Amino acid sequence: MRQPVSVVARTGSDSLPRPGLRRGLSFGVQLFITALLSVFLILPVLMSIVAGFTANYFEGWSSGLTTAWVIKVLTEYHASIVLSMQIALACLACNLLIGVPAAYALFRTQSRFGRMIEELLVMPVAVPGLATSLALIITFGGWGDLRQSWVFILIGHLLFTLPFMVRSVLAVMSSIDLNAFEEAARSLGASFWHRMFHIVLPNCASGIVAGSLMVVTLSLGEFNMTLLLHTPLTKTLPIGLADAYASLRIEVGSAYTVVFFVLIVPLLIALQRTSGRGR
Amino acid sequence: MGIADDRRVAQATRAPLLLLLPAAVVFCAFFILPLARLILIGGSGPLGWSAYTAALTEPRYLASLVSTVSLAAATTLATLIVSSVSGVFLTRHRFTGRRLLVSMLTLPLAFPGVVIGFMVIMLGGRQGLIPSVSDALFDERWVFAYSMTGLFVGYLYFSIPRTILTIMASAEKLDPRIEEAARSLGAGPIRVALDVIVPALKPALVAAGAICFATAMGAFGTAFTLATRINVLPMVIYTEFTLQANIAMAAALSFVLGAITWAALALARSVSGTSVAAAG
Repeated sequence: MRQPVSVVARTGSDSLPRPGLRRGLSFGVQLFITALLSVFLILPVLMSIVAGFTANYFEGWSSGLTTAWVIKVLTEYHASIVLSMQIALACLACNLLIGVPAAYALFRTQSRFGRMIEELLVMPVAVPGLATSLALIITFGGWGDLRQSWVFILIGHLLFTLPFMVRSVLAVMSSIDLNAFEEAARSLGASFWHRMFHIVLPNCASGIVAGSLMVVTLSLGEFNMTLLLHTPLTKTLPIGLADAYASLRIEVGSAYTVVFFVLIVPLLIALQRTSGRGR
Repeated sequence: MGIADDRRVAQATRAPLLLLLPAAVVFCAFFILPLARLILIGGSGPLGWSAYTAALTEPRYLASLVSTVSLAAATTLATLIVSSVSGVFLTRHRFTGRRLLVSMLTLPLAFPGVVIGFMVIMLGGRQGLIPSVSDALFDERWVFAYSMTGLFVGYLYFSIPRTILTIMASAEKLDPRIEEAARSLGAGPIRVALDVIVPALKPALVAAGAICFATAMGAFGTAFTLATRINVLPMVIYTEFTLQANIAMAAALSFVLGAITWAALALARSVSGTSVAAAG
């Protein structure tokens, strides 16, 4: 597969560039572009990690390494970090409670209606978060204490993450022969709930896990909606990040980014693993 | 169809629709209803319903709309070109370090816009890498982070990981024998890429391109981090809402922005046949 099979017999092929050589050049160019892209993506990540642990980034390494910036971030911003984790977990719970059943319902309703609902559910991802959050504020901003509550942010995150859970579970349901499993269980007398917990959910576990990782990752990093939905008392981690980037020195911004990476990178790696296994 | 069959079908469908109910209620209450109100509010300002035409005709808004669309289009084109090269390359070749490259290229997937803004500051900000290098080499600091260029770099950063993943998934299904045939007929690598690989990847390119375009239109975490002065539509909406308290105009502009991104994704869906969604 790697070596092209050249079936055309060329006369005087010595004067023509040999395919192997030409391929070598194009291989090199493509490798160079790919390596350049990786450097572009990874270098700033590494730089911010270094900056987060450097006493004075402007002076460089000679100023010495320190954990003071990270400690400063953890003490000053721990409330927003805890709040983000709380919202992400609540968002996951809501997704499991309403998203997984919805995916099953959509899987069983193989009709135009079902596909229409699926399309609609994806809309909060297609419509910019700014528009959705503005709409939520206009409609529910005056509703008792909702505007001041973290639940208001949760609602936005739930809308935004729901399609990811639904589609992740739906994709697994469509790829295995769930109908046949259920039919077999039904013919053996299994009740609806029995089938749900012993056939449907275990067989969709990989989709539920992948969806859950995606939901938590997206919720932890959500900014577009949260910027308008939050209040001074309900600042999430990304809001704090924007705050630190705008007003504090680069070392603090970097240290805060490091804290965020520590939370999010394990989730991203787990996500890579689960999607890699599926392929 | 017998009565027994009918009953079985009824049993099979009744429970599922009930299961859809909670999601449907949440969705209608917190998305459909607010969005409908947003559209009404957009027409309730001092301009009335002509706020929607103002969003498209008033020079200030039109200028930001044009620059937003141009930026999104440029991001999409650049992302598709570089990601296709790398995506196809990584699918085709097995070599040591390949897995590392794939992990590095997909790690920033789902980094939020604010963090990406900071990554751009790390590269091109006042204390960034590229200004320091250019200062050492040419005695000139190339600070590009706090401008349209910075935003372009940021959106490129944002879009490359997910686009490469989409293209790699699609490139796995390509039949290398077709390329070999083209090559053996004398086509050079660029001809092969344009005439064989690009048409075969078209659905993936359209789907990934639509996502790039939609996110570059609507996401504003990056712009927010880099500078509030960058004249893109999401920043204008944010300013109208928070500083001018012009809720009606902000609503009308949001609607226009939402309509454009939604149309881009719907168009991609009808072309590529798969459903696509933006993120971030």
